[in-house]
Amino acid sequence: MDIDLVQNILYASVRNGTPLLLVALGEMVCEKSGVLNLGQEGMMLIGAVIGFMVAVSTGSLGLGILAAICAGALSAALFGFLTLTLLTNQVATGLALTIFGTGLSAFMGTGYIGKTLVGLQPVNIPYLMDIPVIGKAVFAQDLLVYLSVVIFLLIIWLFSRSRYGLVIRAVGENPEAAHAVGLPVLKTRYLAVLFGGGMAGLAGAYLSIAYTPLWSEGMTSGKGWIALALVVFASWKAERIILGAYLFGFASILHLIMQGSGYDLSPNILSMLPYVATIAVLIIMSRKQTMTRWLAPKSLGESYRPQS
Amino acid sequence: MLRLEARRHDSTLMALVSPLIATALTLVAGSILFSLLGHSPGRALYTFFIAPLSDLYGWTELGVKVAPLMLCAAGLNMCYQAKVWNIGAEGQLVIGALAGGYVGLMFPDTQTHWMLVPVLGFGILGGMAWAGLAAWLKTRFNTNEILTTIMMNYIALYGLLYAVHGPLKDPNGYNFPESAQFSEFVTLPVLFPDYRINISILFGLFALAASWIVLNRTLPGFQMRVLGQDQSAAAFAGFNQNRIVWSVMLVSGGLAGLAGICEVAGSIGQLVPQISPGYGYTAIIVVFLGRMSPIGIFFASILLGITYLGGEMVQMNFNLPKSITGLFQGMLLFFLLASDILIHYRILPANRASRVHS
Amino acid sequence: MKISFSSLLCFILLSSAGAFAEPLKVGFVYLSPAQDAGWTYAHEKARLYVEKELGDKIQTTFIENVNEGSDAERVIHKLASSGYSLIFTTSFGFMNPTFKVAQRFKNIKFEHATGYKTASNMGVYNARPYQGRYLTGLIAGKMTRTNVVGYIATFPIPEVIRGINAFTKGLKETNPDAVVKVVWISSWYDPAKERVAAETLILQGADILSTHADSPTTVQTAEAKGVYAFGYHSDMSKYGKHAQLTAVVHNWGQLYLNEVKSVLNNTWKPENLWYGLKEGVTQLSAFNKAVPKEVQDLVNTRKEQIIKGEKRVFDGPVYNQAGELVVKKDNTISDSDLLTMNWYIQGIEGTLPGH
Repeated sequence: MDIDLVQNILYASVRNGTPLLLVALGEMVCEKSGVLNLGQEGMMLIGAVIGFMVAVSTGSLGLGILAAICAGALSAALFGFLTLTLLTNQVATGLALTIFGTGLSAFMGTGYIGKTLVGLQPVNIPYLMDIPVIGKAVFAQDLLVYLSVVIFLLIIWLFSRSRYGLVIRAVGENPEAAHAVGLPVLKTRYLAVLFGGGMAGLAGAYLSIAYTPLWSEGMTSGKGWIALALVVFASWKAERIILGAYLFGFASILHLIMQGSGYDLSPNILSMLPYVATIAVLIIMSRKQTMTRWLAPKSLGESYRPQS
Repeated sequence: MLRLEARRHDSTLMALVSPLIATALTLVAGSILFSLLGHSPGRALYTFFIAPLSDLYGWTELGVKVAPLMLCAAGLNMCYQAKVWNIGAEGQLVIGALAGGYVGLMFPDTQTHWMLVPVLGFGILGGMAWAGLAAWLKTRFNTNEILTTIMMNYIALYGLLYAVHGPLKDPNGYNFPESAQFSEFVTLPVLFPDYRINISILFGLFALAASWIVLNRTLPGFQMRVLGQDQSAAAFAGFNQNRIVWSVMLVSGGLAGLAGICEVAGSIGQLVPQISPGYGYTAIIVVFLGRMSPIGIFFASILLGITYLGGEMVQMNFNLPKSITGLFQGMLLFFLLASDILIHYRILPANRASRVHS
Repeated sequence: MKISFSSLLCFILLSSAGAFAEPLKVGFVYLSPAQDAGWTYAHEKARLYVEKELGDKIQTTFIENVNEGSDAERVIHKLASSGYSLIFTTSFGFMNPTFKVAQRFKNIKFEHATGYKTASNMGVYNARPYQGRYLTGLIAGKMTRTNVVGYIATFPIPEVIRGINAFTKGLKETNPDAVVKVVWISSWYDPAKERVAAETLILQGADILSTHADSPTTVQTAEAKGVYAFGYHSDMSKYGKHAQLTAVVHNWGQLYLNEVKSVLNNTWKPENLWYGLKEGVTQLSAFNKAVPKEVQDLVNTRKEQIIKGEKRVFDGPVYNQAGELVVKKDNTISDSDLLTMNWYIQGIEGTLPGH
């Protein structure tokens, strides 16, 4: 393999991994606070369709991205209202959000199928992009890719250096104790859920505005679910999420690269690859029961009712 | 402001009423939606919910639609009772169709209706095997069954594509991705001549009845519900958790597999690249809407079945996109979850004293 | 309430069936969204064309996103039982459902696209886009610098394989050194996957792309990456002003108009139509400025030869991938063999899935 090909594969892996990275980071923060939101796929689709609609009608990609973030956060607010205020089951509500988001986005996007816009263009960072092999992969991407890395660094900072990180963790580990020492459990969880929704919306916008500047029904094709698996894989650590996201980005293009290089496997079998890889990763990460139990936020998925 | 106060006992009245409230709220939201789109809400809702059933054909097609929903939902209900979150009915349905369909295609010359027994049997086994894989991953490796079953749905769909494009492609079908049509001996008997409704609806009803008996009248059913309500209590009582996981997964996989093979050996008549319009996912809504009780599931699958037919009707008459079906299904589920709060809580006006802490 | 709604409905039905000459109701069944810019969109454009031409003599409707499983039969049945007297089903997967419904509604006419089953009240029709593919292959051969041309394929069915082979035939004619790299995406419409496939092909050296998928993603990607591409199904130049050299498009309008008119005139009979460049069902869209004049002339000459019947795309000699002579000089491949084509000709990299 020549160096150009490697460089191009790295570049494509980062691009493909970026939506996964965005969703998984958002969901990680959400889960750290003790809330399991299975509605990622639905929120992404809502973000993708709203972002695309706004971008097409206003002609401004920035507005589209902003609208997508808001739409994702708004749908997360609905989820938050149900699970945090009305104390519904988080698993069922998350599934509902996915089903609802799939239907709603398809419904809203009907008039926008086949429409197009000029997508987000790459921004080359001078000098740095000339570094051999990784230069192009890292420094010739579009703004949203850079933004995703910035958010990643912020989250690292949040959980290693800031008080807020501690609050989120405390709330996720033991909400009763957190409440007892005066931490705002519900507020923290609401914010975490909204953040997760905004990130999912942003990931949706990345798909419909930057990646394939188009809207198509169900265009996330399971990326939200893969991101959920990624959080388990990364055992709730941001630095592992970024690695995992790019690895999955690679896995999802691997089968097309293999075909182009003349491997004779059925394309339908090769298309299973990213999903098989997800299961394999889950097995590896979950096989020591005590370990996942120990790593996962203790109150993950449990409703918390403030004692009054 | 309002506040919630836990009821000492869950309200049985509310458990029955909340699905009705949810349905009513969905209709209200639907009317608003239709008026916003510039259609008379009355006529639109009539077209959506009543017009599909205005003739005998509509009723029989509803039967075609609800049979797979009932089968999938009856199985998923068992899983959810035990808090085993099997989201994989869609994939189990596809693998069931594939396994049973394979057997049906392998013996094209068998001239007896007994052939249906191995065909349906392998359909069930296929679904069981696919669900069993997820059960094995969960009990052996502790993997999250929500994620594995969803990934396996995608894998199953590609498996079906592989089969109809490859080994099971009709040799006389101009290389199009479809299997040969099943012989009449591998086709499910219809209930009325000239209509597509077939005995799969009876399987669905039977599965619901059987699941009611298992859940309410047997020890395993009791164990499932205990496990669902309190894991440590189940462990304390010495229930074998893994065995419960295995049994609910196998049962629901088998029923979904049966739904799949009934779909291809019934109304479709051959293996095609698209077997299910999302029955496995809709069945999840059916279970929740049906209050996780077999009787409720019966009514819920009828309601959801109508949303499919109604979506086609409004599309034909108002040129609205068919995705309105998914929208209605999603709204229904949301409103239901929100109304469920009435089961466990009373809504009272907040009094200031109790708000001091928060 | 219920009564008033049904009486309202009765009123509508009565008024439409009133004293005026009843318009012919024509129904269309689509696999995907009508505006998908791909296969279905071409049919939708033709539906609107027929509506415009015939005005109030007809009334049309369409149902989109119809699942090819058990839903298809009900939808077609519903149209047949709601007074639609001519029904077009526009995807191969609707063949058996259409056939079943046709058996029950003998006085209603059915037209099914791309299938092979006919009945006394069911005709089939198809296009020959492979003829256009051949012409684009000629262009690709003249314009590739890397001698690698990428092809995004969907599913290995004869329709798609014919296209790849015809394209390769043209490519080899103008550039014997060039090869075609094929990537199968196992989907008719999946922009994300099309995007990755297009990028993959580019990073493996392709400087011209061709696609069979429905979305304009390939042309968009080519535009973004500064390579050329051929549109398919419809003119996709608005997605890639610089990138699209030309597009192979379907134009069903005239065919549909003829069918509808023959039903109006009571002269309809079930036929098996396979129309191409000659009948105008397959066309090339306008050339990009980047296509040199002499290449345009060559393409136009070949097009005329095909239209006049002096030339067919698969005129011998044709070699298969193993290098065996399959079609001798002065022979060609018959229509029935084209309909079942499941082998690659020489010049394509990789093996055909399932072989």
